Amino acid sequence: MSVIEDILAGDRLALARTLSEIENDTPEGQRALDELFPHTGQARLIGVTGAPGTGKSTLVNRLAYLYRHPPAGVESKSVGIVAVDPSSPFSGGAVLGDRVRMRDLAGDPGVFVRSMASRGSLGGLARTTSDLVQVLDAAGYEIIIIETVGAGQAEVDIARLAHTTIVIEAPGLGDDIQAIKAGILEIADILVVNKADRLGAENTTRALRGMLELAKPGKRFPQHHAPVMALRPPPDLGEGEENGWEPPIVQTVATTGTGISQLEEEIARHQKYLHKSGDLIHKEKIRLKTKMDDLLQYSLVSRWRESITREIYKTTLDKLVARKISPQEAVRVLMNGGNL
Amino acid sequence: MQDKIRVLIAKPGLDGHDRGAKVVARALRDAGMEVIYTGLRQTPEMIAEAALQEDVDVVGLSILSGAHMALAPRVLELLEANGQEDVQVFLGGIIPDEDIPKLQKLGVGGIYGPGTSTQDIVKDIREVLQ
Ligand SMILES: Nc1nc2c(ncn2[C@@H]2O[C@H](COP(=O)(O)OP(=O)(O)OP(=O)(O)O)[C@@H](O)[C@H]2O)c(=O)[nH]1
Ligand SMILES: [Mg+2]
Repeated sequence: MSVIEDILAGDRLALARTLSEIENDTPEGQRALDELFPHTGQARLIGVTGAPGTGKSTLVNRLAYLYRHPPAGVESKSVGIVAVDPSSPFSGGAVLGDRVRMRDLAGDPGVFVRSMASRGSLGGLARTTSDLVQVLDAAGYEIIIIETVGAGQAEVDIARLAHTTIVIEAPGLGDDIQAIKAGILEIADILVVNKADRLGAENTTRALRGMLELAKPGKRFPQHHAPVMALRPPPDLGEGEENGWEPPIVQTVATTGTGISQLEEEIARHQKYLHKSGDLIHKEKIRLKTKMDDLLQYSLVSRWRESITREIYKTTLDKLVARKISPQEAVRVLMNGGNL
Repeated sequence: MQDKIRVLIAKPGLDGHDRGAKVVARALRDAGMEVIYTGLRQTPEMIAEAALQEDVDVVGLSILSGAHMALAPRVLELLEANGQEDVQVFLGGIIPDEDIPKLQKLGVGGIYGPGTSTQDIVKDIREVLQ
């Protein structure tokens, strides 16, 4: 059997190895992505982002556990998890610690957890995170949860990748509006105030609600370059959804599981909304466009790198620093194989 | 991109602190490796499962409880059963001299007592993965 067939048949070792091939940008990895692509598009992608230590991993653990052990009458779903932690900019190494919080998922063949280092990418995800998600999707995981690096910034990348983006806040992080970075409301489909057992949870919730009041719908869809697309008013929506999706605020205590089932209900409601409103198709399109644009950029840069020697690069830079040529001229030289 | 060395650091058994394991994890990170840290009280089954999902090159076990003769062979056995016989297993802890040859015979790659320089561990990992 080929590796691809192995993956489709549920071979976890083949899956794990292929994920590494993709992270390492090997030809085998590229081929796997091509061949697996037709098998993707089935999974529900849930993004979880928020500042360091807000409880992302703990919450992912609980949420995944709930999908695996739903209340009576509900079918359990298989869960893939991709958890990204930062690489050290100095050594290129990383300590990936998200698994520490995901003990409850151990020993369950319906769960696959993969840690990944950001490897120099900014913005909360690694360059190949969406590829790893694609492979887990093809491998048949019904729910895929992506935990971003806890950068505390509004991470647009996750909103482009996930169907539903959860932004986690926690009380006591310098608190109130200052700590709640602008932009978060644009990417959040659901806001979670975790550590609701702590003092200040009500304040954080109130601050978030205040910001939501100010920023009523009309936003959605973070995009690369194009302006934000306007939405057609869709039929058949739930109460309060006529003017677009308003992010609900859910309080949770991830350590005990309080609030996790409400969170799951909101995720389900959001997924339903995406279907009914037509936003799902729209999101998919933006996701694939972003993917294609990113790849295009990456391969153009790689191809350009091959076309130019280190020597030409260096002499051009020297000339620029000596102010013999302008930055614009320098780029013209570099784009033109070293000739002006 | 050059392939990154991926290492799982695990702390099986019931003994309660992971200071040493964390020091090693950071040293490996500073040497450019990607270290998956799994925390305290891992069973051999949990360790093998994580090693598989994370597709690591090396599993580092920190065992201070004295249970190394039970735990380390079990981890090796499970790795092999999963098709990961090529994964290197390293062991840190208080290991009596007479156990060392037995463990080596079973396939434990490096064995490190307290006070080992982390640079030696880095060097050994690089060598064995050549
Ligand atoms: N009191 C309280 N503590 C919590 C709660 N959720 C998580 N924690 C604790 O917060 C700490 C950080 O939790 P993590 O889940 O590792 O947070 P994270 O956001 O994944 O952290 P990074 O991945 O490092 O950014 C841990 O000590 C958790 O036990 C909660 O609801 N209440
Ligand atoms: Mg985490």
